[in-house]
Amino acid sequence: MTHRSSLSKARPETIRPNTLWLLGPAMLVLIIWTQIPFLLTIYHSFRRFDLLNPERQGYVGFGNFVSLLTDSIFWTSIGNTLVLVGAVLVVTIVVGLFLALLFYQDFPGRALARTLVISPFFVMPVVSALIWKNMLMHPVYGLFAWAAQIFGQKPVDWLAAYPMQSIVAMVSWQWIPFALLLILTGLQSLSKEQLEAAKIDGASAWQEFRYIIVPHLAQTLSVVVMLETIFLLTIFAEIYASTSGGPGLATTTLPYLIYLKAFAEYRIGVAAAGAVFAVILANIVAIFVLRLIGRNLQATKGGMG
Amino acid sequence: MSEGKRVRWELTLLAYLVAGVMFFPIFWMFLTGFKSEGDAIAIPPKLLFTPTLESIREALTRSDYAQHFLNSLISALGSTALALLLAIPAAYSMAFYPTQRTNSTLLWMISTKMMPPVGVIIPVYLIFRDLRWLDNVWALALMYTVMNLPVVVWTLFAYFREIPQEMMEAARVDGASIAQEVTRVLLPVSGLAVASAALLSIILAWNEAFWSLNLTSAHASPLSVYVASFKTAEGLFWAKMSAASMIAIFPVMVMGWLAQRQLVRGLTFGAIK
Repeated sequence: MTHRSSLSKARPETIRPNTLWLLGPAMLVLIIWTQIPFLLTIYHSFRRFDLLNPERQGYVGFGNFVSLLTDSIFWTSIGNTLVLVGAVLVVTIVVGLFLALLFYQDFPGRALARTLVISPFFVMPVVSALIWKNMLMHPVYGLFAWAAQIFGQKPVDWLAAYPMQSIVAMVSWQWIPFALLLILTGLQSLSKEQLEAAKIDGASAWQEFRYIIVPHLAQTLSVVVMLETIFLLTIFAEIYASTSGGPGLATTTLPYLIYLKAFAEYRIGVAAAGAVFAVILANIVAIFVLRLIGRNLQATKGGMG
Repeated sequence: MSEGKRVRWELTLLAYLVAGVMFFPIFWMFLTGFKSEGDAIAIPPKLLFTPTLESIREALTRSDYAQHFLNSLISALGSTALALLLAIPAAYSMAFYPTQRTNSTLLWMISTKMMPPVGVIIPVYLIFRDLRWLDNVWALALMYTVMNLPVVVWTLFAYFREIPQEMMEAARVDGASIAQEVTRVLLPVSGLAVASAALLSIILAWNEAFWSLNLTSAHASPLSVYVASFKTAEGLFWAKMSAASMIAIFPVMVMGWLAQRQLVRGLTFGAIK
């Protein structure tokens, strides 16, 4: 796959431009606005800094971490975050896999149907939150309430009675398209001959799925899990615009808790300590993804890297 | 009808059904945007109603809505232009002059995309406050540039890498400068890559709501913040809310339809081959 012949490698050094000028600006912007702020987050996590009382500042050691770790709200938010991410992963992968197998088939109007299916991914998260909160889940005027009445059930105030499940449904709706598109991409490299051969050998549809398709998709599925986890760990707008973390703390996730500590309670130090945890959580997954991306980079560069 | 034909039929029907279910909430919102406020909350829900352009007209003629729309445009297009300006030279240098460090530089750039925004919001907020940059649409665009830069660099790099070195060399032999080489040779053949990177960046910036909610308040807030303000609206203004949302999501949805494949490639950084 590489276009880099050994000839082109032997360019005279004299015409080799100074790549620092080409790469530098992009790197500088990223360093100034991601790396330095994260270092500052760590700095703030060891200090007392209250926006309402800015005079009382100073180094507090691990004080912020202690007050965070001994606060049950923090553990509730970690629990909520893991439940949200875990449940959405299960739903999106199961449904996404099913839909990918469906859309892998050739049928008239497939492109249009696929376009409709993936549309939720392009809807602004705040808009999704409002559609679900009002037009679908509203206890009186919502479509679900009306459907419940038709079937002789009592209407349910979904966001009040089942807050986390409702958020999971909403976020899953947004992320099923992502899982579907990735799994479809993975399916495209599946050899049709192998499937045909299995059919001729009398394999059932289930055996085909179990012994050919699933092993083939193993890497794709692991990428879906990792990337979705990284993106889902940062879910904020959906919660902000629908439940505001409530009722009580039922839908307060880690990002939402950090937001509350920083912009509602003005406790910068504690919020920063929470942010350090958020980054650690994301990095646990990111390390694996980056390793995989790095391996693929090496493979396609023909050892040039 | 043969057995195989019938299964095919059932699968097709199932696919249409799934498509209908997934798209339904969006369709319902579009419909609600054309209803009167009374029809919008009618029980049983009205599929047939006399459409009115009242809510849409109101959304379009409200001066503040136009301002939010403009802010969305500025932050999405401005950040995309700036990201391209930074990414094109970077991707060019990584694709055509790779060094020992190229892979790790690219991986490091991608890693910044995996940093959760909450990890940096506090210092960024404090810096913006001290610089008087809060509620400034260009400052918001700067954050969007940072957010999308890794995706744009990766998309361009992946494409540039496939361009034969000889093409660039021909220009170099003719004594072209780097700037000429990029603008006259590289960009004309990479229109598709630049377009898909731009589309991706516009979509992500347009829909973003964490930075916009925390860094803007009134003057500079884009549509995401305006739509979110409906969450506390007293009374039920579903038709107005739907009309405002509809206009907010429509342009980006069309872009998303156009950029389905590139979107996957851009967001997976080559993790799926």
